Amino acid sequence: MSFLSYFRSQRRNSASVAKERLQIIVARERAQRDGPDYLPALREEILEVIRKYVPVDKDAVRMEVDSEGDCEVLELNVTLPDRGVSEQAAGRSS
Amino acid sequence: MSKIVVITSGKGGVGKTTTSAAFAAGLAKRGFKTAVVDFDVGLRNLDLIMGCERRVVYDFVNVINGDANLNQAMIKDKRLEGLHILPASQTRDKDALTQEGVENVLDELRETFDYIICDSPAGIERGAMLAAYYCDEAIVVTNPEVSSVRDSDRMLGLLASKTRRAEQGSEPIREHLLLTRYSPQRVQKGEMLSVDDVRDILAIELLGVIPESQAVLQASNAGIPVVLEENTDAGQAYDDAVARFLGEEREHRFLVEKRGILGRLFGG
Repeated sequence: MSFLSYFRSQRRNSASVAKERLQIIVARERAQRDGPDYLPALREEILEVIRKYVPVDKDAVRMEVDSEGDCEVLELNVTLPDRGVSEQAAGRSS
Repeated sequence: MSKIVVITSGKGGVGKTTTSAAFAAGLAKRGFKTAVVDFDVGLRNLDLIMGCERRVVYDFVNVINGDANLNQAMIKDKRLEGLHILPASQTRDKDALTQEGVENVLDELRETFDYIICDSPAGIERGAMLAAYYCDEAIVVTNPEVSSVRDSDRMLGLLASKTRRAEQGSEPIREHLLLTRYSPQRVQKGEMLSVDDVRDILAIELLGVIPESQAVLQASNAGIPVVLEENTDAGQAYDDAVARFLGEEREHRFLVEKRGILGRLFGG
C-alpha cells in the first residue's frame, strides 16, 4: 500500500461496480436461457392478472425456475406497492 | 485421436485470431500436426496474422464447393513443420459455408492432423455456430471488460446446447477460459476486473492470462504468431497456456506488475 492510495480510495472503484453489474445480468440471462420457453409469456400474463387488482410495476414480478432433484419449482415473487398508494389507486378506479 | 478446438468469444476484437495463430504455432512447435482453419468468411485475417497472405490460392469455400481439394488449399507454414493454414474465403455470400461441407472438410482434416484449431468469427451467426458445432474443446477468449464477459457467458450457453456433442448427448465439450489484454496495473488500481472476478462470473477452468502487451501488435505487424516471440511476456504467456492445455502444470505469471521501489511508493 502506498501513502497516495489513501487519497485515491475515496472514489468507489469501478471494477467492483463492473463485477456487481455483471453478476446480476449474467444470473438473469442464465435463468432465462435455462428456463422453459413459456416463461416470458407466462410472466406477462401473470403480470396482467395482478394489474387488474393492484397497480404494480413492470418489474414487480420476478419468476425463477429451480430444479431440486427430479422436481422443478416455479418461484413467483410479486412486490406490491405501499399500502397507501394501492388503496388510493383502487379508490380512484372504483 | 485428433481433436477439434474452437477459439471463440462472442465479442469481436478480443484476440481470437491472435490466439488461434498462437495456439496452432505452439502446438506445432511441440511436434503436433496442426491445422488452423479461418471460419471468418468475408473477413479473412488469419492469413495476415500467420504471415502467409501472399500464398493464398484456394480457400475453405473453394474446398467445400469442390473447386479445389484440401491439399491445394492448405498453406504449409514455412517456420514450423506440421503446421498448415486453411484460409477463409473473401466471398460476401453468407451461406457459403454449409454444415455438410464443414463436416466433410473437418473429417478429412481429422485423418491427418492431431489438432484442428477453428478460428471463429465474432458474433453468434452461422459462421460462429459452424466453427463451434463439431468441436471437442473450446477456448473462450475474454477481455476483462463487461461486454466481453457477458458475451462469453452467452457463448458458453450456446456451446452447452448448440454443438453436436450437446445435441447428441455425448460427453460435453471441455471449456477453457483465456483472459487476454490483462493489465495488472489497472487491476491493482481497481479500474479493471481481476482474473478472479472473471473466474467467479464465468465459472470455467482458467487456461491462461495474456497480459496487455506491445508484443502482440508487433508480432501481427510482422505476421509472426506471438508465441514464437519467446522473449516477450505475451509470447511466454501463450506458451504457458498451450502447455496447460496439454495437461502440464504451470504457475500463472504476469498477474502482478513488476515495479521498482519508486513505483511502489508512489503507485496506486
